[in-house]
Amino acid sequence: MAADTHVSFEEVRRIARLARLELSPQESASMARDLGEILAYIQRLDAIDTSHVQAVTHGVDPEPMRRVDVVHPSPGTEQGLQNAPDRLGDGFGVPKIIE
Amino acid sequence: MSEQTLANATVEILGEKFSRGEVSSLEATEACLAREGSTHHFGAYLHVCAERARKDAQLSDARRAAGNAIGPLDGVPVAVKDLLLDQGLPTTCGSKILKNFVATYDATVVSRLKAAGAVLLGKLNLDEFAMGSSNEHSAYGKACNPWDPERVPGGSSGGSAVAVAAGSAFATLGTDTGGSIRQPAAMTGVVGIKPTYGRVSRFGAVAYASSLDQVGPMGKTVRDVAWMLQAIAGHDPHDATSSSRDVPDFTQLLERGVQGLKIGVPKEYFVDGIDPEIQAAIKVALALLEKNGATVREISLPHTEHGIAAYYLIATAEASSNLARYDGVRYGVRAGGAQGLMDMYLKTRSEGFGFEVKKRIMLGTYVLSAGYYDAYYLKAQKARALIKRDFDEALRDVDVIVAPVTPTPAFKHGENLSDPMAMYLADIFTVCLNLAGLPGLSLPCGFTGSGLPIGMQIIGKPFDEATILQVARAYERETPWHTRRAVS
Repeated sequence: MAADTHVSFEEVRRIARLARLELSPQESASMARDLGEILAYIQRLDAIDTSHVQAVTHGVDPEPMRRVDVVHPSPGTEQGLQNAPDRLGDGFGVPKIIE
Repeated sequence: MSEQTLANATVEILGEKFSRGEVSSLEATEACLAREGSTHHFGAYLHVCAERARKDAQLSDARRAAGNAIGPLDGVPVAVKDLLLDQGLPTTCGSKILKNFVATYDATVVSRLKAAGAVLLGKLNLDEFAMGSSNEHSAYGKACNPWDPERVPGGSSGGSAVAVAAGSAFATLGTDTGGSIRQPAAMTGVVGIKPTYGRVSRFGAVAYASSLDQVGPMGKTVRDVAWMLQAIAGHDPHDATSSSRDVPDFTQLLERGVQGLKIGVPKEYFVDGIDPEIQAAIKVALALLEKNGATVREISLPHTEHGIAAYYLIATAEASSNLARYDGVRYGVRAGGAQGLMDMYLKTRSEGFGFEVKKRIMLGTYVLSAGYYDAYYLKAQKARALIKRDFDEALRDVDVIVAPVTPTPAFKHGENLSDPMAMYLADIFTVCLNLAGLPGLSLPCGFTGSGLPIGMQIIGKPFDEATILQVARAYERETPWHTRRAVS
């Protein structure tokens, strides 16, 4: 684990871009401070030896589920588009993708 | 019975009045709606659907008149946290980004409550996307603790707790990812249970952290909560993580008492920093259980102190992935004035999410990003394995574990807002259960000198909610706490 938990503005900008967020200067400052504080707290996990521990993804493992291979009706187009911010025919309208 | 008295009744009492013909479902519904009106300033509800509720209540009354009442929830006015889909009603998740979202189908838990005849009153306030421990992170205003409106009701299912405590619903559903049912239940003096992971379907429950989230009920008494759990539990083909195990008849098993049961008390949950009145109340409660025939012994859960760190790594990692879907394309609010697709994503998400949600998405993105995955995320999953092992070993020797729910009673609005770690540490006694997938219940076990409720947590083996409810009921029937009401 990284020893330095200081989070720079540059790091905040990089992560924000990955997370598809745009932060105001004030938000960036608060974010750098809060993330630094949280990561410093999280360092305490260093104290436990996990070299022989198998990671788990769930507390109670979900049972393997099988179902009969039968086709069920899907929600229709109208239901799918009911909350669309922008509709284009039978699809979602989006801003131009290819410049 | 006056409207005021009726709103303070339990589901059990209401059911007796229904069957004697003394009260109709419509009257009970009107009592809750009136109570919602007089306690509106508590901020429990984000949306009330009064007309639909009245119609459903009349349908219930007609069923009963025809001798076709469905069961203990038929005609009972209830409400659900506003991240559970109820077809045709808004589902905002307490976020601006879903301000205009209308559910196009029912969550399984909602359709099961409807099938049980319950009257759904509307949608309850919460921390945005269930991220918070105080209900102060709702985009639609905070919720207040009915015992002291200057204080928080806890969170994230704050509205679900307030509605029960204030009498504006007879029972409610919340969700619990790190304590979000048990912590607000403790802070408002009601009963709440987080079932075992997989016991209740998550289909139609908007996801925060999918390996931790679980839907569960809140109510005024253990029996009321048992009825609610009975209605929603069990396998759902729409949720591959829901268990196919049989669901026992919880209320049948409720009155078995605690004679011969072994109760473990984890020494790590009774350390410095816990409010002394809370410690004292739990110890008195344990003595009472012992007097009634239980054996109480100290146990150790040595990795407890790592729970918060592991939780915030795992929960935020899962959240950063789950919340990627809010991109302004298929639903929700889309920001205007964007130049191209990427700009639309950035503006929509930046305008739509509140700061706490942004922070958790950022932390999750950070810990999953190249170069940090092993050090943070994988380390947390290993710590999770150790926490789970602690519980597995302890629960081999005892039937249930009893502990505090919160280190402090309800705190004041704003008190923990500027210190993120202080807020996160409010969940220190609840998060480990979610990491281990175990069921846990909070029930009232006293009041502080200043009149704030204290909660006791009962933790059980996987899928053994029945024993938890049994212990809770054994305690409840010997104590008066569940009869106190915040609003008279």
